[in-house]
Amino acid sequence: MVTDINNLNNVHLDVLKEIGNIGAGNAATALAKLLNRKIDMDVPRVKIMDFKDVSDTLGGAELPVVGILLEVNGDLTGNIMFILEQQAASLLVNMLMGMEPSKEHNEFSELEISALKEIGNILAGSYLSSLSALTNLKIVPSVPDLAIDMAGAILSVPAIEFGKVGDTVLYIETEFSEGSDKVVGHFFLVPDFDTYDVLLKTLGVNC
Amino acid sequence: MCKFIKVGMADMQSCIHPCVLTTLGLGSCVGIALYDPVKKVAGLAHIMLPSSQQARNNSNIAKFADTAIVKLVEDMVAIGADRSKIVAKLAGGAQMFSFNNTSEMLRIGARNVAASKEMLSLLNIPVISEDTGGNYGRTIEIHSEDGKLVIKTIGHGIKEI
Repeated sequence: MVTDINNLNNVHLDVLKEIGNIGAGNAATALAKLLNRKIDMDVPRVKIMDFKDVSDTLGGAELPVVGILLEVNGDLTGNIMFILEQQAASLLVNMLMGMEPSKEHNEFSELEISALKEIGNILAGSYLSSLSALTNLKIVPSVPDLAIDMAGAILSVPAIEFGKVGDTVLYIETEFSEGSDKVVGHFFLVPDFDTYDVLLKTLGVNC
Repeated sequence: MCKFIKVGMADMQSCIHPCVLTTLGLGSCVGIALYDPVKKVAGLAHIMLPSSQQARNNSNIAKFADTAIVKLVEDMVAIGADRSKIVAKLAGGAQMFSFNNTSEMLRIGARNVAASKEMLSLLNIPVISEDTGGNYGRTIEIHSEDGKLVIKTIGHGIKEI
């Protein structure tokens, strides 16, 4: 039984990293197909952070970002969040819709927001379905919701969930980028605390 | 010289004039700014959850509305504030994502605000102004000079309460 995030050992962390690797790998493939471009992906990181460091993790608490959040239900519960810097989101949407990148990217139109939600949906969907195939767990994502705001405010949503059980936050984070245009996205898989056991057990790790 | 002190998530600080206390990117969390206008003592807490009673791990008192307010008042009195002069201003408690269902996780902002007010009224500390709710993040600063609370947002302007 995992009782404290700080008690996870190296084997646990490696398994969680591998989950991030497989999930985000599939998501990157889906994005590459969607855009018909080559997408690079970093080795995922499992980050265990104190609350005070959470808001700065993406390069500043006040950095405007686009956050796409899906709730996860089924055998595994929790949240999955896809975060893009605002500029990156603008580039991505333009690539997808075949438009010239506009200089004014402060406001997204309704159509662009809808496109971003759909990107989040496809990416999170492929992330979760690969995780489901790996573990044989039933994983049902909700419809996506999107918020454009300060990184600190967006990241506080999953952080609060961790706050209920401890004083640290665990994110499985994967970054990927699209060649010269530098679209950097971050995936945060945030399983509910109670489902770590389920996740680790189905992958054959004794807790 | 004016001290500029940053308050992190689940953190609190107090200071005596001249100083500015700030916390960045409040989402569903609530920023509780306390101020004694006579002694010019300011305090700021960035709470994440309404109550320490429901939590499995409540060792960090700055994380919860109920415990953080009590401790912040104590800290302010310790550096010279007059307990009976302290007033409060609240900001934050937004709902960042608006899913159709009303799961507990997503209503946390409103519950944080309600719990903060309840604790303040229990301690007879008047809430003189607030900027809470909505669906956007806030960065706040409390100034020890006059107790003004500056609220900065993305796309919703800057205001002072």
